[in-house]
Amino acid sequence: MSEVIVITSGKGGVGKTTTTANIGTGLALAGKKVVLIDTDIGLRNLDVVMGLENRIVYDLVDVVEGTCRVKQALIKDKRYEGLYLLPAAQTRDKTAVKPEQMIKLCNELSEEFDYIIIDCPAGIEQGFKNAIAGAGKAIVVTTPEVSAVRDADRIIGLLEANELRNPKLLINRVRFDMVKRGDMMNIDDIIDILAVDLIGVVPDDEKIVISTNRGEPAITDSKSQAGEAYRNITRRIMGEDVPIMDLDTGDGLFIKIKKLFGLKAT
Amino acid sequence: MLLDLSKLFGNRKASKDVAKERLKLVLIHDRANVSPQFLEMVKSEIIKVISNYMDIDEGALDIQLTRTKSDDGDSFVPALVANIPIKNVKNSGK
Repeated sequence: MSEVIVITSGKGGVGKTTTTANIGTGLALAGKKVVLIDTDIGLRNLDVVMGLENRIVYDLVDVVEGTCRVKQALIKDKRYEGLYLLPAAQTRDKTAVKPEQMIKLCNELSEEFDYIIIDCPAGIEQGFKNAIAGAGKAIVVTTPEVSAVRDADRIIGLLEANELRNPKLLINRVRFDMVKRGDMMNIDDIIDILAVDLIGVVPDDEKIVISTNRGEPAITDSKSQAGEAYRNITRRIMGEDVPIMDLDTGDGLFIKIKKLFGLKAT
Repeated sequence: MLLDLSKLFGNRKASKDVAKERLKLVLIHDRANVSPQFLEMVKSEIIKVISNYMDIDEGALDIQLTRTKSDDGDSFVPALVANIPIKNVKNSGK
């Protein structure tokens, strides 16, 4: 039985593609068979983030139009056993694929894979509708900014209206120095506003830029804080009960002591 | 600590609290799918109806969309809250 998870956000540039690449790689490293689908037709990027851009022959549009078989379009990532990418088309637009075609494709892929991770484009139009059509679960990516949280709220509403209940929230690019100064919303603030379950918190980490430069997901970097956060998120996706760690919340020693004595951490 | 000092000297709210308050307000409107113009229409209709029965202070009238706990207590639902100061109740209704 396979799980189809869509990674979405509403707002662009919050880390959907980075999240897809890292979670996908993490699941493969855990021995799962994983396929990543880039549904951002016309603005594909998952291929470059994964470092697989030179290996594209066929794409998502070729598959749904029947130009090739699904297996011909899947790019096998030679670095990580069990990891595959189905790239988006670059020279077409979102209307080249219909939601029904995505449902059919996801059904076909579920026979073969443990996890199907769908990278959703920004926005709430056709591309979003395509991306969520075949999904059974959703992860909403946001950052601690008013614009991203507002869009996340809208997306959560749309997901629930489309029978994708109980989406999980991933708060990305948190700067704990700013949170401590009171200049960035903290995790509780955002959860309070959006009223959804948290799947993880990823700190702002320059290693993400470096790993994207190289086309190697940060989750493989044992020294990367963001990588560590993504490793935890991957384990939570697989059903493990991993507490949101101190690294995640960025608690300083002082707050840890306060928590120890049952005082409210601010 | 830093936060307290800046409050002491600058008397400015932490920017994250400003963000949170602004977000809460904007989301009330987003979620209810209600525009300020729509709210103005509701407001003027309410004034019209109530004015038939009592004199109200239109300047101090305040109508807002906000959130309130639902009856089962575990979710928030939008609510229309109106604060309408009454100057005088007309006697014609008696």
